[in-house]
Amino acid sequence: MQFNFNSTEPIYLQVADQIEEAIFTQTFVEGEQIPSTTEISKEFHINPATVLKGMNILVDANLIEKRRGVGMFVIAGAQARIVEKRRDQFYTDYVKKLVSEAKKLHITQAELAKLIERGFSAS
Amino acid sequence: MSIQVQGVQQSFHGHTILEDLNLTLEPNKIYGLLGRNGAGKSTLLNIISNRIRPTHGTVTLDGESMHDNDHTLGKIYLMSEVNMYPERSRVKNLFKTTRLLYGGFNDAYAAKLVHAFGLDINARFGKLSTGYRSIFKLIIALCVPVDYVFLDEPVLGLDANHRELFYQELIETYSDQPRTFVISTHLIEEIANLIEHVFVLNDHHIIVNGEVPDILAKSYTISGPQTDVEAYTANLNIVGEDHLGGITAHYVYGALENDRPIPDTVKVDHLDLQKLFVILTNTKEEATAYVN
Repeated sequence: MQFNFNSTEPIYLQVADQIEEAIFTQTFVEGEQIPSTTEISKEFHINPATVLKGMNILVDANLIEKRRGVGMFVIAGAQARIVEKRRDQFYTDYVKKLVSEAKKLHITQAELAKLIERGFSAS
Repeated sequence: MSIQVQGVQQSFHGHTILEDLNLTLEPNKIYGLLGRNGAGKSTLLNIISNRIRPTHGTVTLDGESMHDNDHTLGKIYLMSEVNMYPERSRVKNLFKTTRLLYGGFNDAYAAKLVHAFGLDINARFGKLSTGYRSIFKLIIALCVPVDYVFLDEPVLGLDANHRELFYQELIETYSDQPRTFVISTHLIEEIANLIEHVFVLNDHHIIVNGEVPDILAKSYTISGPQTDVEAYTANLNIVGEDHLGGITAHYVYGALENDRPIPDTVKVDHLDLQKLFVILTNTKEEATAYVN
C-alpha cells in the first residue's frame, strides 16, 4: 500500500481519500479486509483517532463496514459507488478547472475540443 | 480523570519562566508540547511531575493535588533530558529498580524493545551513547504502568531508523493500552500527525492550545501580488509575511472573511504545523531577517 500525504489538507480526509483510491483501483478488493487503524497509524505515524475519523467517512459512505472483533471490510458494490460519485464530480473536479486554465492560455473552445479528441485517440 | 494545571507561575532568580499558565490533560490522548529553546517546556513538565515546585499555582490529578503525593505521582512518569541514573549502574539493574519503584513493569514488552533497538543491557549507563541513553529511558517510559507519560526530547540523539521505530512502538503500545502521552520535541514534522492536541509555549505563555486539525484549519498562507493580498487580508489576523520578487505571502492565523471574494490572482493555502510554529514563535529580528 502506498499513501502519499501532503501537509496542507486535513489528514483524516487524506486517509479517507487514499483508502477510497485503493478501493477504486482494486488494491483493496470487495469483500476483503483492509489494513487496521493501528497498522495504518503505525506505518504513517498518524494518530489512531485521526485514522479512525477517516475510516468513518468511508463507513458513512457505505464503502467499508466494521465486522466486530475482526476489522474493516470493503462492502460489495463499493467500487461501483465510487465510480458513480466520481462521475458526478467530474464536471466540478476536472472540466471547470480545465476550461478556466484554457481561458487563461487563450485556448478557444474549438481548440480545446480538438485537444480532447487528441487525448482520446492517443490513449 | 484529568490533570489540571492552574495559574502556574514560575520564576528563577527574578526571571519569569512561566506566567499564569493553565492547561488540561485528558486521559488517553497524545499531546505535543512545542516551544523554542528556553521557552520553559522542561520547566513545565518538571512542575507537573513534582520535580520543581511552582512559585504560584496548582497541579491536580482528578482534583487531588500532585504536590508530594505518592498516590498521584505513581500514575505519571517523566522521561527527561536530564540523566538521573548512576553512571556505573548496569542497564539491566536499572530496569529492576524501576520495576520496584513503580510496582510493575511490562517485562515482555521491554525485552522486545531492547531487542528491536539493539540495546546492550549489560552495559553501564555511563557508557551508553546519547542515542542509547534516550533509547534506554524511552523503553522505561513505554513499559511503566502509569496513566500519564511525559516525554521530554524523546528522540534526542536517535538516528532516523530508531526514531521511526520509536514512533511505531509508541502507536503500538498506545493502541494496546491507551494512556496519555505528552511529547516535547523540536522535530515537529515527525510528530505533526501523531499528536491529537498541541500546546505551543512562547514568551512564558501558552499561545496555541487546541486539536491539531482545528488549529491547522485556521492557519493560512495568502499569496499573490502585494496589493491584491493586502486587500484580501485587511483586518485579518496576520501573523507574518514573506516577500519574494513581486509575490507577497501573508500568514493568517484565525478565520477568513467568508463573504470576501478571493481574487483570481490570490492563492489561499493551509500551513503545516511546523511552518505555523516558526511563524508564531519568530522574534521580530528573525522575522525581518527572512524578509530581507
